[in-house]
Amino acid sequence: MGDEALALGAINAGLSGAYAYPGTPSTEILEFVQGNEVARERHLHSHWSSNEKTAVEEALGMSYCGKRAIVSMKHVGMNVAADAFVNSAMTGANGGLLVIAADDPSMHSSQNEQDSRFYADFALMPVLEPSDQQEAYDMARYGFEMSEKFAIPVMVRLVTRLSHSRAVVEVDSEPSAENTLHYPRNPRQWVLMPAISKQRYKVLLDDYKRFEEAAETSPFNAYIDGADKSLGLVVSGLAWNYVKEVFPEGIPFPTVKISQYPVPTKLIGKLFDECDAVMVIEEGQPLLERKIRGVLDRTGKVYGKLSGELNLTGELTPDLVRAGLAKVKSDLDCLKEVEVQAASQVTRPRPPALCQGCGHRDVYAALNGVLEEYENPKVFGDIGCYTLGFLSPFNAIDTCVDMGASITMAKGAADAGQHPAVAIIGDSTFTHSGMTGLLDAINENTPMTVIISDNLTTGMTGGQDSQGTGKLEDICLGLGADPAHVRTIDSLPKNVEQMKALFREEIEYAGLSVIVSRRECIQTARRHASSKK
Amino acid sequence: MKADIILAGVGGQGILSIATILGAAALDEGLHLKQAEVHGMSQRGGDVQSNLRLSSSPIASDLIALGGADLIVSLEPMEALRYLPYLSKNGWVVTNTTPFNNIPDYPDMADVMAELEALPHVVAFDMDAVAKEVASPRAANMVLLGACAPFIEGMEKSKIEEGIRKIFGRKGEAMVESNLKAFREGWERAQAIK
Repeated sequence: MGDEALALGAINAGLSGAYAYPGTPSTEILEFVQGNEVARERHLHSHWSSNEKTAVEEALGMSYCGKRAIVSMKHVGMNVAADAFVNSAMTGANGGLLVIAADDPSMHSSQNEQDSRFYADFALMPVLEPSDQQEAYDMARYGFEMSEKFAIPVMVRLVTRLSHSRAVVEVDSEPSAENTLHYPRNPRQWVLMPAISKQRYKVLLDDYKRFEEAAETSPFNAYIDGADKSLGLVVSGLAWNYVKEVFPEGIPFPTVKISQYPVPTKLIGKLFDECDAVMVIEEGQPLLERKIRGVLDRTGKVYGKLSGELNLTGELTPDLVRAGLAKVKSDLDCLKEVEVQAASQVTRPRPPALCQGCGHRDVYAALNGVLEEYENPKVFGDIGCYTLGFLSPFNAIDTCVDMGASITMAKGAADAGQHPAVAIIGDSTFTHSGMTGLLDAINENTPMTVIISDNLTTGMTGGQDSQGTGKLEDICLGLGADPAHVRTIDSLPKNVEQMKALFREEIEYAGLSVIVSRRECIQTARRHASSKK
Repeated sequence: MKADIILAGVGGQGILSIATILGAAALDEGLHLKQAEVHGMSQRGGDVQSNLRLSSSPIASDLIALGGADLIVSLEPMEALRYLPYLSKNGWVVTNTTPFNNIPDYPDMADVMAELEALPHVVAFDMDAVAKEVASPRAANMVLLGACAPFIEGMEKSKIEEGIRKIFGRKGEAMVESNLKAFREGWERAQAIK
């Protein structure tokens, strides 16, 4: 998998520490490091972090001490990490630092399809965007070296179809040694006080020109000539594979392949000089295309997502790329529409559902039973398997926005006079971003009910360690919750009546309550049972 | 040699083990390979698919184009039908006929079977029953692997069997033998239809 290739590339390039919070499609990066023999022998750091921000800061700390670190997350994790990420461009890096953001166009397992390249663009950070598994492997070492040469963290942008696609990769025979502990040449720039930041920002702006030069001559970017100058192609990242697939006999048009940013403007300028028109093919949001068009978009010869040849939402596929090219070049035989079999008349959608034997089911069964008794109950949901409680048969939640938003939105709703205001959140999401919001509610004794549906793991991403396991009640008490209203119950079908009684009692309490409803995830429980055999 | 295969099923049924074994066998044969899979939310009882591409020459795209699949291999009959537009003109559908009914509006089985039987190239039988008969109920995916294997030209049966040994080896010889039995039974049945 692309995730694994990148992780192995990092280990073989002298990695000292990997940091992450699980999130599809990035989870397998840290998991690979956890299972790798060299990583184990070397005791490389590979524990999960509480959230993406703590992960970036921990990796930055390792970089400060001169060692090579990676930090990986899904695209929306970048939002959580943004404060640390943007400012890490200001401090710069000492040991090589790769910030790996795995985007999920088509939202296979996400709430939006934001494109992480935009973050690097305004943070003034270089980006590497591998087009295949081999580049993912090679870019780890290349990225570390670039990061150390320019003293800047480097973003590596993955997308689902690369993260979760397997291919054979050629690897180094011997892993390189780790860096030794050494401190930054310019320690002042790691203290981002205004007086220093003002100077440092100018340096970063100057350095950015060097990043631009590096992109023009990068081994991962190329100007590839073609005989037919009626069109030129700008192709980035994974889209490169689809374009190659569409033209099995070779791409007839001059093509700029981009896998390293800042945007190599000289290469693109040459394409404009040589060709009558240009088509931009990139996975995700149209970052390159917008830059190339400019705000006035006066050339009238740029094709892509914004002009409708390609899809503005959802991931690219070889079919969409072919159809997009066909809109511009209808005369080429290889772009002709292939005859396909008719779709089946009988298939029905099969949405995902909570597993049989999942404790979240019992929580929703009990909660629905109680909330029937109220006129306008509102349940604020969160991110995890239990988001599936929105679907039939439970139809149990009203909102799902971002990690931790259940508690804080329930608080806002309670502040507005809503009753019952119920937050439902998983254990891992609670320690990721729920705790700080809970403190707000505790401090005001907000009349709301927080249900932590604790399955002792990070379930949706496949069962990674959850940072709060065994300490959830203590965390709530430590934050100052009233011990009389921090309650615990086991989420079991036989307990549903008891759960209902408990939920009812705490919903009726005119202050803040936390109910920890607990049962091990059925998936991890099965795995534990079979490993004991 | 080129084999573009869509593996289909319901999350948790075990299509990824089929992909893993075919992938190991392909590496043994010195073939190029790309295999895109789905993780995350859809694994929870939703429809899942994996695109497996094998070829003697380098492969560009991780995804199979419409009308490009040589084989649709499915552990569930309705899921086999979901990907028909991806099937090439001469492509085969190899599918289990035991429905996995976890949705309220699952279609009438007679309609599902009628569509399957109307296809020109199809191998469809009750693989759950065969697995139960010759090995264990959990080996339906190995019956399916056996049933699709004769349609992958240039892939030696023995290499796939080695793949099964590799994947199940750590679970003991009995497990390996049981899975091999299921695999061979699937192979025989498909050979008879091919």
